Amino acid sequence: MYKYDQYDQAMVDARVEEFRDQTRRRIAGEMNDDQFKPLRLKNGLYLQLHAYMLRVAIPYGTLNSRQLRKLAEIARKYDRGYGHFTTRQNLQYHWIKLEEAPDILAELATVEMHAIQTSGESIRNISADQYAGAAADEICDPRPWAELLRQATTFHPEFSYLPRKFKIAVISSKEDRAALRWHDCALRIVRNEAGEEGFEVYAGGGMGRTPFIAYKIRDFCPASHIFSYIQAILRVWNLHARRDNIHKQRMKILVHDLGEEEFRRQVEEEFQNFLTLGTDFPQAEYDRIAAYFTPPPFETGLSEDIDRSDSAFALWVDQQVIAHKAPGYAIANISLKPIGGIGGDVTAEQMEVVADLAERYSFDDVRVTHAQNLVLPHVRKADLYAVWQALDEAGLADANLDLVTDVIACPGLDYCTLANARSIPVAQKIQQRFADMDRQLDLGELKIKISGCINACGHHHAGHIGILGVDRKGTENYQLLLGGSGAEDTTQAKITGPGFDEDGVVDAVERAVERYRELRDPGERFLDTYRRVGFDAFKEAIYG
Amino acid sequence: MADALRFRNDDPIEEPAVSLDAFLDQDGASAVRIEAGDDPRRLIPHLARVKLVEIGIPRFRDGRCFTSARILREAGYEGEIRAEGDVLVDLVAFMRRCGFDSFAPQAGLNRADVDAALSRYANVYQHAADGAVPIWKLRHG
Amino acid sequence: MQLLTGNDLKTGAVIWWTGRGWSLHVEDAADVGDQGEAILAAEDGARRVNGGYIITAEDSASGPRPSHIKDRIRALGPTVRPDLTLKPADPAAGDWVI
Repeated sequence: MYKYDQYDQAMVDARVEEFRDQTRRRIAGEMNDDQFKPLRLKNGLYLQLHAYMLRVAIPYGTLNSRQLRKLAEIARKYDRGYGHFTTRQNLQYHWIKLEEAPDILAELATVEMHAIQTSGESIRNISADQYAGAAADEICDPRPWAELLRQATTFHPEFSYLPRKFKIAVISSKEDRAALRWHDCALRIVRNEAGEEGFEVYAGGGMGRTPFIAYKIRDFCPASHIFSYIQAILRVWNLHARRDNIHKQRMKILVHDLGEEEFRRQVEEEFQNFLTLGTDFPQAEYDRIAAYFTPPPFETGLSEDIDRSDSAFALWVDQQVIAHKAPGYAIANISLKPIGGIGGDVTAEQMEVVADLAERYSFDDVRVTHAQNLVLPHVRKADLYAVWQALDEAGLADANLDLVTDVIACPGLDYCTLANARSIPVAQKIQQRFADMDRQLDLGELKIKISGCINACGHHHAGHIGILGVDRKGTENYQLLLGGSGAEDTTQAKITGPGFDEDGVVDAVERAVERYRELRDPGERFLDTYRRVGFDAFKEAIYG
Repeated sequence: MADALRFRNDDPIEEPAVSLDAFLDQDGASAVRIEAGDDPRRLIPHLARVKLVEIGIPRFRDGRCFTSARILREAGYEGEIRAEGDVLVDLVAFMRRCGFDSFAPQAGLNRADVDAALSRYANVYQHAADGAVPIWKLRHG
Repeated sequence: MQLLTGNDLKTGAVIWWTGRGWSLHVEDAADVGDQGEAILAAEDGARRVNGGYIITAEDSASGPRPSHIKDRIRALGPTVRPDLTLKPADPAAGDWVI
């Protein structure tokens, strides 16, 4: 994994001192909150319902054990003993004091971490495939590009006060595990006919109150010029976006208003301009970064056998373990979705267990997924049983990856000042309703995603079943959506009809699921059946 | 503009800046004001007679000014680019990097605060309009 | 009744205007009548509150109960983590929110 050199370290250290000074000025009254808010947001510091919230960047979702232990230490020392993994592969602390925030940033800097640009109208932390470097189906490890772009977009002087946030994702496989086309700018590494590496570029995606799926703006951008291309996109948007209505300032709106062709034309023109400026990072810098992402020293001649005599372990293997590119190794997913728990929440003790396992069994490597789970990317098959036992002891051995109980949910009205309704209790009730393992396995892949407001942090637009919390005259109300996807077959979910109360929406989910069981053809997932038979059959089941 | 912050050695331009439309209509003007939302590229064919570009900043969060200034520098303009309006000390370093070289903030700025902000980061990750050497270049010589 | 609430600038803790100062407990909150804006302006200026705003509440035997669920959750704490609320020992505390 990438290691800071003195320049990277000086950058985050200077940031800590800058924020310390800004915090001091705010507390001393030299700044009001209108002035301070954009500055603190650029360090991921929000004011939430019960306290400040700090969002820590986890670049491309990759952590080592030292970093995870530091996150645990911070949880204990400055928060209430836990953290929350988000749908952007980041970690949030929900009980932070403003006066301690600079100290937390200083602690993070000691392990090469920061909270830079995790919020505000800036280029956000870049997300990537959580199986990067391990996936059997990838062209190459996308993380060197993500790291190069992390540096290129950190404190970018022209693009630090954008019309709205700007989210980038990078993958390098056909299978999309990063919700690619729901990003403002999405990159998929491909090879052209000459065998050269480059990027398929998508632009103009995003969830929120006006969801759009990104369109392919370019089939192939040579890898060496990708930073120019992204700057061109940013410049066209920065110059022409509306600035009069915060809800209409995301890039997706400009793309929609200009039309895909005209937006592309302007970007291409600006791209030609950027190519003359020499802003692209040279091959030598890519090579330097890529050297940190060379594959770990995988052993050869390992056994492919997994002893399945313990049935609980065998179930976990079937559900949580994915094929690895190296023989004898496997990718082990760690569920953060215990039935009735809080999805994405991890205690300091659990972080330390995972850190120990990563160090001992996974080349010191942990990943965070946008579905709010963790991954040990490089585990010898022979070690899976020991890993599972340790996870089980820590309450982390649920076997529900991509099943109906693997619910994505934003923090909702229990924590978030933007929320209109609580998300977590709905997720918990759905989990309890479908807790029976045989039933979960029978239903197969079924992605339920819940947001507590139209900002869509819980990705409800991309849920096979989506749930959106709204405020109906002061009471919580939930709309049900069907047919969304954040995978390579991206689609936007459609609202079924009038909303429900908390128990009502759980019943409605169950009616939709039962209709799927009646209608499905062998081998079909919920989403497949929905697409084949259409919306009406499900709507009829839900509303009668 | 007695208390404007200037990072130039030439004499300040005393001529009042006229709107972009007015500037393009009259051949004699040499000081022009670009508002957020104006297309800075309309000025490019006329840069030879421009001595001062004043860029209006209605709210400090409005980041169009960064692109406007940088586009003018990319076009080879070497005259003064002045930031006028809601200039926050925390943004001055980015502005310098995009080509601004004088500041006329509504609320006034403390010179010591500005100097501290400008010296906070020893290096930068990327090229811009200020000639700062990016870190990748320092790494590879 | 009208209450004033906001967050403590330094700690972010939820606070309620008592008529003389700020309290962590909504039970201490005082009806500000039509004085809310004036008090907020003074308190915000003195940096004793951050993001302050006026809410409506109903008076009850156990003290003021904010009209909107968001402010009741703010007053108690997250409903999904009773252990982290202001009343961790009271298993029925969440009923007051809903």
